[in-house]
Amino acid sequence: MAVPEPFTGTTVTSPVRHHILSVLVENKAGVLARIAGLFARRGFNIYSLAVAPADDSQRFSRITIVVDAQSAPLEQIRGQLNKLINVVDIKDLAPREALERELLLATVSVDETTRPAVLEAVAQANASIVDVNEGAVTLMLAGTPTACDALERRLEGFTHVELHRTGRVALPRLSAVPTKN
Amino acid sequence: MQLTGAQALIKSLEQMGVDTIFGLPGGAILPVYDPLIDSSIRHILVRHEQGAGHMAEGYALATGRPGVAMVTSGPGATNIVTPIANAHMDSTPLVVITGQVPTANIGTDAFQECDITGITMGITKHNFLVTSADEIPRAVAAAFYIATTGRPGPVLIDVPKDVTQATMQWWWPETVEEYDLPGYHPQSSIDDAGAAAAAELIAQAQRPVLYVGGGVLKSRASAQLLAFAERTQIPVVTTLMARGAFPDSHPLHLGMPGMHGMYSAVTAMQQSDLLITLGARFDDRVTGKLDGFAPNAKIIHVDIDSAEFNKIRRADVALRGQIDEALTAIDAKVINVGDYAGWWREIKGWQEKHPLAYDPQEENVALRPQAIIEAIATRSAPGTIVTSGVGQHQMWAAQHWKYEEPGTWINSGGAGTMGFGVPAAVGAKVGRPDRTVWCIDGDGCFQMTAQELVTARAEGIPIKVAILNNAYLGMVRQWQEMFYDERYSEVYLSPDLPDYVKWAEAMGCVGLRARTMDEAIAAIDQANQINDVPVVIDFRTDASEKVFPMVPSGATNDEIVVHPSQRGN
Ligand SMILES: Cc1ncc(C[n+]2csc(CCOP(=O)(O)OP(=O)(O)O)c2C)c(N)n1
Ligand SMILES: [Mg+2]
Repeated sequence: MAVPEPFTGTTVTSPVRHHILSVLVENKAGVLARIAGLFARRGFNIYSLAVAPADDSQRFSRITIVVDAQSAPLEQIRGQLNKLINVVDIKDLAPREALERELLLATVSVDETTRPAVLEAVAQANASIVDVNEGAVTLMLAGTPTACDALERRLEGFTHVELHRTGRVALPRLSAVPTKN
Repeated sequence: MQLTGAQALIKSLEQMGVDTIFGLPGGAILPVYDPLIDSSIRHILVRHEQGAGHMAEGYALATGRPGVAMVTSGPGATNIVTPIANAHMDSTPLVVITGQVPTANIGTDAFQECDITGITMGITKHNFLVTSADEIPRAVAAAFYIATTGRPGPVLIDVPKDVTQATMQWWWPETVEEYDLPGYHPQSSIDDAGAAAAAELIAQAQRPVLYVGGGVLKSRASAQLLAFAERTQIPVVTTLMARGAFPDSHPLHLGMPGMHGMYSAVTAMQQSDLLITLGARFDDRVTGKLDGFAPNAKIIHVDIDSAEFNKIRRADVALRGQIDEALTAIDAKVINVGDYAGWWREIKGWQEKHPLAYDPQEENVALRPQAIIEAIATRSAPGTIVTSGVGQHQMWAAQHWKYEEPGTWINSGGAGTMGFGVPAAVGAKVGRPDRTVWCIDGDGCFQMTAQELVTARAEGIPIKVAILNNAYLGMVRQWQEMFYDERYSEVYLSPDLPDYVKWAEAMGCVGLRARTMDEAIAAIDQANQINDVPVVIDFRTDASEKVFPMVPSGATNDEIVVHPSQRGN
């Protein structure tokens, strides 16, 4: 797949000045609460957050946080996060340096008349159908936040039963200058 | 060696060199109180868990060693939340051990269950819920390590009852690696380029000020500070948290800055072109209205906690590390300093125009609180430790007592916790039994934690308490007088309800009262001679007395209000 253009504009799920923090944490009880509590009490805004185990031993998890860099200087957010004892490492990625991906799952009601249009939307977005029955299809898109936004807007014309997005995960672009961490 | 979790907990505390625990038992912590009987550790049985927490703080601030408190689950744990928050604000190293309901009952709303790790997440440096007896030594060792290294702070260990009742094979983590803290790296070394950049700024400055905060005491950097100041002749200010870090008698010292700071200290910072900020954090009580604070100053910011950099005020040079090491590194690079003769002339002018002032004590009027503090200061042994509550009396104690060495001024700065003084004095005296310990308290504050004088009497801890009894929540009264058109709302307390002398006597203390300066001097001298039981003196002070200077809240430091006798100067 071709590398898409770096994202610069606004999406549904992030503000103009957002930043991505990829935070490696000890996989201990309450770690997520510590991070969420820190953001809440210091008035830092989170736009999305994705958590998953980061190694086979399950000793660490990776939390990808999209933060609003307007609610507080990034340096403060990093600095305060770093003081949490269970936070092992923080990498920050400016959107233009990041390869961001997100997963979208949506179940859309269809009937004879709407089915072709839904299928067309799926095809155009490079999404796929993962489940069907007579009255509905469930589709999936793994793509850039912008692509997910575009599909979400497109689906607004139909009756969605449910639409879920995971929040993004990110890695540095191989072409990007190494970011400080 | 097979031990119960409870035995392992006490043994771990012994391994850490703990000599005193402040605490109060209850159901969930009961197993731990049993092996305590056979331990060399002294336990001080408090009358309220808040007392245990503040005593541990007083102990830590007087000795530089972490304070340890132990309480039961539920209400025992919530009662110690205020001291934990207080220690967090003032970066005081504490280890607080709370009992917890048995693991199987957690989450069921069991009797005396409360989520104390959740409650204290935002007010501890870290906390642990220990889930197996084997983990106890590691949790204790790690707790002390975290509490005392880097920027110090409170650490809470929550131990379920079944964990202290279980058995374990004794072991002890000998190295930091075994603490299993992959995300904690308190070690730091001073960046050489940063030190050079700081030296460069110092070389260029014409109106520098050494802005000294509590971090200087925490990193025991007073000797380096003295050497640096004397060599460079740069004026020094010490914040409320740093009183004692630099001798008050030293001619380079301008005193305390901030809302109730010395005129010369506040104004020197305002007019400065370089604030050499050492372990201070631009607290709003120091800066006043931020936009107007030290508008022409460049900032060198030295702190062990890099999250303080650029939090409130942008630093031109930020240096992370221990302050003693930073000062040594900068000192090595400062070749020549400016000629500060002109700067000092200006400062001397401010000092002469606006020294600390209060109306003279006249016969047959209520006592001047400032005069009482000065009398206690001059009539007590050198090296006396002073603690205080929060209010006017605290500000007067910070202003009028002359502090000459670290650890002699102990107060609640960041949180401003009324009731801190008496228990903190008890803790300080336990840690430094060789020192005289005076608590300068307010009548309002005294009523919040006075019960710990029962503890002091029962445990043979002879502290001295000076109640500056103005019959008011005086600091609040002052604000209502000055900013609310003298509309006094819920600030009157009464001078003789309670009867402080009788109350003191009921708690096994010597109770004295002074209405005149002669009575005051006699009572102070008597108190200083008593060394077996606590003494409480009820000083009847003037309720209309206000703390000056004062920077009204929301105003810039240029709008400092001086004592009425100096207005128009
Ligand atoms: C626990 C707590 N409650 C309320 C306050 C607000 N407060 C600050 S100073 C003060 C008055 C203290 O009265 P007192 O102890 O008599 O001291 P004074 O100001 O009269 O010297 C109050 C109520 C506080 N700092 N702490
Ligand atoms: Mg009072």
